[in-house]
Parts: sequence; structure tokens; C-alpha cells
Amino acid sequence: MLAQTGAQAAAEAMRQIDPDVVPVYPITPQTPIVESFSKIVADGLVNSEMIHVESEHSAMSAAVGAQAAGARAVTASSSAGLALMFEVLGVASGMRLPILMNIANRALSSPINIHCDHSDSMGVRDSGWIQIYSENAQEVYDHNFLALKLAEKVSLPAMVMQDGFITSHSLENLEILTDEQVKQFIGRYKPQYPLLNIEKPVTMGAIQLPDYFFETKRQQIQAMSQAREQYDAVAQELSKLTGRSYPKIETHNLENAQAIIVVLNSTAGTALAAMRKLKNEFREKVGLIKIRLFLPFPQEEFREIIKKAVGENLKTIAVLDRAVSLGSDAPIAKEIKNALFDLSNKPQVYSYIFGLGGREIFEKDIKKVYLDLISKKTDHQVKYIGLRQ
Amino acid sequence: MPEKEINNSPELTPGHRTCAGCPAPVIVRAVLESSDDPVVVAAATGCLEVTTTIYPQTSWNVPFIHSAFENAAATIAGVETAFQVLKNKKEKIKLEQGEGVFEKQFGFDLANKINFIVFGGDGGTYDIGLQSLSGALERGHNFLYVCYDNQGYMNTGGQRSSASPKGADTSTTPPGKFSTGKTQFRKNLMEIVAAHDIPYAAQASPHNLADLRSKAKKAFSIRGPKFINVLSPCPTVWKFPPGQSSEIAKLAVQTRFWPIYEIENHRLKLNWEPPEFTPVEEFLKTQKRFSHLFKTDQGKKEIQKIQQKIDLEWEKLKQ
Repeated sequence: MLAQTGAQAAAEAMRQIDPDVVPVYPITPQTPIVESFSKIVADGLVNSEMIHVESEHSAMSAAVGAQAAGARAVTASSSAGLALMFEVLGVASGMRLPILMNIANRALSSPINIHCDHSDSMGVRDSGWIQIYSENAQEVYDHNFLALKLAEKVSLPAMVMQDGFITSHSLENLEILTDEQVKQFIGRYKPQYPLLNIEKPVTMGAIQLPDYFFETKRQQIQAMSQAREQYDAVAQELSKLTGRSYPKIETHNLENAQAIIVVLNSTAGTALAAMRKLKNEFREKVGLIKIRLFLPFPQEEFREIIKKAVGENLKTIAVLDRAVSLGSDAPIAKEIKNALFDLSNKPQVYSYIFGLGGREIFEKDIKKVYLDLISKKTDHQVKYIGLRQ
Repeated sequence: MPEKEINNSPELTPGHRTCAGCPAPVIVRAVLESSDDPVVVAAATGCLEVTTTIYPQTSWNVPFIHSAFENAAATIAGVETAFQVLKNKKEKIKLEQGEGVFEKQFGFDLANKINFIVFGGDGGTYDIGLQSLSGALERGHNFLYVCYDNQGYMNTGGQRSSASPKGADTSTTPPGKFSTGKTQFRKNLMEIVAAHDIPYAAQASPHNLADLRSKAKKAFSIRGPKFINVLSPCPTVWKFPPGQSSEIAKLAVQTRFWPIYEIENHRLKLNWEPPEFTPVEEFLKTQKRFSHLFKTDQGKKEIQKIQQKIDLEWEKLKQ
């Protein structure tokens, strides 16, 4: 058991992964991840080589180069850094390179703001990366191994999210695996077509015209489906080591729930605490869904969970998004409405926006959402939690 | 090297779709055939990349990677670093577990020495790729960056770049009633590159392949970042008959428009000095992109300014 911040937890996982190449560029609140890892390298605890690049664009570019070469590449970023990488995120996934990246979520400019929201990772959700969200430091640590193994299985890159400052800078107890356990779990990376194989030269990143491009994209779509299919097996294997479970969609108290909240990252913890503190008469009527695997979005599973719950008591779902999609519904709300569209017996789905730019969210705010849902004091108007009117 | 051998260069095979008369493949072959060790090539988005890698075909018979326009130097930095790490791993595994174990575990063997080379056009080097080039030079990666400088965005139809010379008619600096073509002089990339204190930087021309080859050879013998800037006259956008690329490159050097020189450990050496003065007009008049300059008084004044700048730069090089 170690006392570690979310950032240190990511760095500790990276130490045990011992990636070959780690290109990094500092940005708040991700910086303590690469600072912690720099110390690990300085102390000779890994074989990794860091590249201290001059921008996040180059960080992802160097990661692409290293992974294409046949090595394991890991990096980390936040906010503007992730936005600057945008172009190369698509290169990484299009070239089918299983790069691992830790994200400490932070708002995007403008106005500039260093605090947590999910506009950065939600903003890159069409880039072809697997996205796994973490409630706390322990999940950050565990998810690193899960994401890496899944990524390498399906040849797609993966990012592991944690809330900037809230998780990245808060100390928590962390149970860690032995180095040997991690080594066994992730195994040796055996690249399919390493650029460094001089005997079998390959051309990577060729130009594809309208006669081939579409098929290549189709393969990426299939790889994402495979990631969805293979996720459970990888998660179960990790479960055996840690004793913790990693369902794509984590459910709490759905059995008799009339109303549920859907949320991800650290606020899932706040919501769970809020739910548990509700008076008995209310607590029986509410539930919580925490989304762990956001991309590929587990539509089927989500639909099945809701179908079952609706068959019992479920009437309403409140989706709490820590990001907005300006001019449209918030990202998770949209995903969930989409997943439920084909259900004949649908619950009401309400969209709540909270926490933009690090605005605090408290248990009392979540409690109020639950009580509003149960007492039907809500409607389809988007609600803003904690916003001064 | 005999003509036959040049044409048989196996690294970049024929069948690519560069325009007739484009010197880029000639430059690539001259560089690649100068390496005694295996090579890995990265390219920036541009003419060379799109004409040599049209899926499902490729002209590259050596490992090749293209990622994006502005990140070729950062890409090769990742490749080169991966090589160093895997090489260390291979040696460690060999010591601890014996021969052949690395190959089994990683699924491929690793060469003992590889020359890492980037090819980028002037757009991907002077402009959009300058930041990643600067970063890679500063960090000291072991690679050779070759810029084939055709003085504009030729892959997208000939727009001006910071490498386009003053007075050039490009698709975004067309001459007109109020314009004599590009207003600014071209960026002095060689000074920028040299300011990174790298061990070797050179300028070369495709009309003198022996010189280019010896520069590439020298670059491969030095550890650290190396840079060679090669003029690549573009028949399509400079507008001259495809058979004249070499002749025009030669004129660029003779008129001191494109001096060939090298900077090794801070010492600049001119590799060739024209025995007599040839005015820049001799170079300019071979290409339609400058033809408007000869038609107006203002254009003629521009030519004077171009000549003055060339004289000034030449004096600086001679110091």
C-alpha cells in the first residue's frame, strides 16, 4: 500500500510497464506524471528513454515514430496539449499503433483555465483512440495495464483519463502489484511490422486515394468493435490479479431504482457517496451508473442494463456531463440517448452540465439531482449544476 | 559512379510519379546510395511522399515512414530513440540469455547500425516543420535531415513558402498591376540550422552529385544531427522544360544564387567558387516564374535588389 496522487499512480504504472520510449512535454495538471517518471528514469529504475520534445505535437509524433519502429511508447497530456496533438492522434490510430497516453483532464481555452473538465478528452473522441475513465488513483493505476493490454491486442491507441487536480494532485491509498505480476500481465510487445526490421522493409503512412482509404477506415471501425468484444477478457484477467473488477459500465443499486445518474471519472465517487447518504426512503429509489469504457462505447451493454432496469422500476436517467458540445447535446448525454433510441420502452433522459473549468461539485448537488428526479421536479431543459444564474 | 550504377539504385525504385525532370528522386538516390549502413527513412508530407507511396504501391525498398507535414523530425526522433533503447535491450538479453533470444522475443532482428534520414520539402522544413526540426536538432538526435528545396508548395500547386525567392511568381504571389511577385527574400535556413551548433550542415545542388554524395557520406560518418539543403529546381512550377533541371541548378550555383558550402564544427567552407561573375539574370531568365521581372522598370529594380542581396550573402560566406 502506497500513498500516491493520481499523477504518481500513473507514473508508478509506467515504471512497471517500463516502456521503451516516453516523449513528454509539460502541461498542467499532467506535469507531475512526467516529473515523477523523470525521477524514476533518473534513478535508473526503468530502461525507458525519455524525449523532452518541444511541443505536444512533437510528443505524439515521436511516440508514433517510436511505436512504428517496434517499441512501446507512452506519453501523457492535458487540455491544450491534447488539442495540439489532435492531428497526430489520428495518425497514431490510422497507423494502428497501440500507444498509451495518460490524460489529466483540464478545460480547453478560451478563457484559459487550468482546472478540471472533460472538454479535452471529449474533444478528441472521434480520433480512433480507446478511452477509459478513472474514478480515483487506484483506477488510474489499474487502467494503465488494462488499456495497454487491450490496445496491443487490437492495435489501437488508448488513453486513460483522470480528473485534473481532483485526482491527479490528491493523495490516496494505492494497492500496487509486484513488478513481476505486471510484467507477466502485459507480456512482451511483439510489433507486427516494425520499421526497424531492415530485412523486411515496410512503407508506413502511405497515401491512400479514394480507391483504398474507405476500406482502411472500415478496418479501424472493426478494430474498435474488437476492442469492445475483447475488453471483458482483459478486464477479467486483471481482476484475477488485483481482486478489483472493471466492468465497462459499473452499476450501483439499479435493482429497484426509479432514477439513476450516469457520470464518469471522480464525480462517480462523489455521486456514490451522495447516494449512500440519502434517507432510506429515497435511497431505495435511486441508482448510479459509472462509465469506465467510454470508447468504444458499450452500446449493447448499456441498452441491456437499462432495458432490465426499465422492466423493473426505472423512469428517469440524469446524465452528468463535465463538458459541453456547443450547439448540440453534451457528449455523454448524446451517446446515451443514441444507445437508448431503439428501446421501445425508454426512460426519460435528462442532461445536466457541471464542473466546467473546475467548478466544484458537492454531494449536496448530486443529492438535489436525485431528489429532483424522484419528485419529478425536472424536465427536458438542460440543467447546469452550480452555475450562478 | 558510373551511370548504370546510379540508375540501378535499389533503395528508391522506378515507377514513382514525380513530374518529368524533378530532381527529388535523384537527390534521394544520391543520399541513400552514400550510406554504407542500412537506412530508415522518414518523410514530411509533400511531393516526394505523395508520388512515391501511392497505396498499394511503394517505391521505397528501405523502411519508410510518413506521419504528417510538420513532424518528420519529431517522427525520426522517436524512431531513432526506439532504436537506441532496443539496441541496449538486445545487448542486455544477449549477455543474460544468449544469442538469438532477442530475435525470438521481439519477432525480428535488429541491425547494429542504422542511418536515420529525413526527406522534407521546403514547406515541411522552412515553414510548418521548422519547430520540430529545431527541437530535434537541439536535442541532438543521430539523424540526417535532407531538405529538397523547390522553393514553394509545389505539391499543392505552387504557393509561396518562406523559401520562395524574391520576385517569384507563385500561385499566391502572382505579379500584377500592384505586384512584382513575392515581396520578401527567402528565409536563410542555413544560418538558423547552423545556430543550433550541430556538427554538420551543408548546402548542395543536384547538378553536382559527386559533391552531394560526398556530403551525405561525411554526414553519415558523424554522430548527431546533420542537415543538407539541396536545391530542387521544379520544372512544373518554375516553368522550364523538364530536360533543363540540372542546367538550371548549375546556373543557380554559378550565379551564386545557391552557393554550395558546408559548415563543419563551426567552420564554413565554400565547396566551389565560380571563376567569374555571372549576373543573376542568367539564372532568372531560364524560368517563367521570373519572366515578369524583365518586362517592367519596377521588375528590373527588383532584379537589382536580388543581385545586391546575392552579393551581400556571398561576401558573408567568404568571410
